[in-house]
Amino acid sequence: MHLYRDLRGTLQPFWVTLRNMFRKPVTVQYPEQRQQVAERYRARLILTRDPDGEERCVACHLCSAACPVDCISMQATVAEDGRRYAAWFRINFSRCIFCGLCTEACPTLAIQVTGDFELAGRDPLKLVYEKEDLLVDHCGQEPDYNFYRQAGIAVAAPRGGNPTESAPEDPKSLLP
Amino acid sequence: MTEQLIMLGLILAKLGLIFIVILTLAAYLVLAERKILARMQLRYGPNRVGPFGMLQPLSDLIKLLTKEDFLPAAADKWLFLIAPGLSALTALLTFAVIPFGPPLEIFGRTLPLVVIDLNIGLLYFLGLSSLAVYGMALGGWASNSKYALLGSIRGLSQLISYELSMGLAVVPVVMMARSFSLTEIVMAQAEIPYALLNPPAFLIFLISIVAESKRIPFDMPEAENELVAGFHTEYSGMRFGLFFVGEYINLIILGSMLTVLFLGGWHGPWLPGVVWFSLKVLAVCFFFIWVRASLPRLRYDQLMHFGWKVLLPLALLNALVTGAILLWIGQ
Repeated sequence: MHLYRDLRGTLQPFWVTLRNMFRKPVTVQYPEQRQQVAERYRARLILTRDPDGEERCVACHLCSAACPVDCISMQATVAEDGRRYAAWFRINFSRCIFCGLCTEACPTLAIQVTGDFELAGRDPLKLVYEKEDLLVDHCGQEPDYNFYRQAGIAVAAPRGGNPTESAPEDPKSLLP
Repeated sequence: MTEQLIMLGLILAKLGLIFIVILTLAAYLVLAERKILARMQLRYGPNRVGPFGMLQPLSDLIKLLTKEDFLPAAADKWLFLIAPGLSALTALLTFAVIPFGPPLEIFGRTLPLVVIDLNIGLLYFLGLSSLAVYGMALGGWASNSKYALLGSIRGLSQLISYELSMGLAVVPVVMMARSFSLTEIVMAQAEIPYALLNPPAFLIFLISIVAESKRIPFDMPEAENELVAGFHTEYSGMRFGLFFVGEYINLIILGSMLTVLFLGGWHGPWLPGVVWFSLKVLAVCFFFIWVRASLPRLRYDQLMHFGWKVLLPLALLNALVTGAILLWIGQ
């Protein structure tokens, strides 16, 4: 017989629940009260621009290759000046699982995550975002990075003039 | 003739009032339960529909009424359709014998505040409380589903476990009040309620009515994490709503019975009798909700063990001792 133990185990919860009844609820009343989302929260994806205001995306398809649910699709084109860009770029947010693997894959830091999680709607077709819905007018989380200034081809900036790049080698010289 | 007409009008007004009050109270008890339970779990509970969520029962009603009334293909049609009504009806009928206030003087006439003062009111209650389980048993059987059937079988096995001790726990009350009429039992508690005079009977009856209400910790017939929803798994729309409302009417009935039998009914200082009665019933209802927030579910073998091996001998012993003491006092 564990009578004492059983009685204690039966009566103690009543005190616990009664005490908790007079404490303030921890609920965040969502539409009125909003929590600050975490700094690295992963929600809606955006396409950012570089500091010069050009599109960062070079339509390399790495994000769509990395995407586990295949929600990213695009068509690559080359501009007059030789710069690659996406003719159209489409993310189906009704499929997206917000894993952030596309942002890991992106070599130009074009595709980035934001903290905007309020994507819900009644029409799933409205969750298919086109390029004009995705493209923003700022640099996102990396304000200084400019792909074409780091490793870009000669179209955007002449060779040898970029940061972390030394001047081109003169092959006719004997000394290095 | 006019005399009789006025009396008839008064009785009909009383009936209508009881009907409306009970149904409204049952609806708001759902809201109260959800809110109190939420506060005990550090949540707010429903607070969107109307101020403080006070219109939630109304929106629930609209939702239940507009939902599809689904009839499973393999169900026994008529039993399936009748069962929820049976459950709500037996619960409503029980209130007929419960005296909820001292006789009222109105237009120079005495109007007893009870629908009908049967001289076997207590037996009527016990009989209807056994009938109430038919709604559940038939509902589970007619659904022709494993979970529903298991739920109703559990309900029946639960019934035979708690009902004996419940019946035996009211025997001392009958012996002390020397009457089966609920009004006279209340009258006999004018000085001291039977809960203080005979605490063992009170406790046994309390545990038994928690089992009777089929709520946590004795909610084996529903057991949502084992049996989906138990006997009402296959029900939808307002038929489910009838089961649901029946459960809460039953809660009010059981609270009223506890008040009448052990807590002194309408007796109390300063306030009018009806107010005292309502306060006591609401306190018992709060206790039921509190129990639900505090205790986990028992296994059904634990309930049967507890009912047959603990409550039944205790209730028998209590009846014996009370009888002996009453004889010794020479009442």
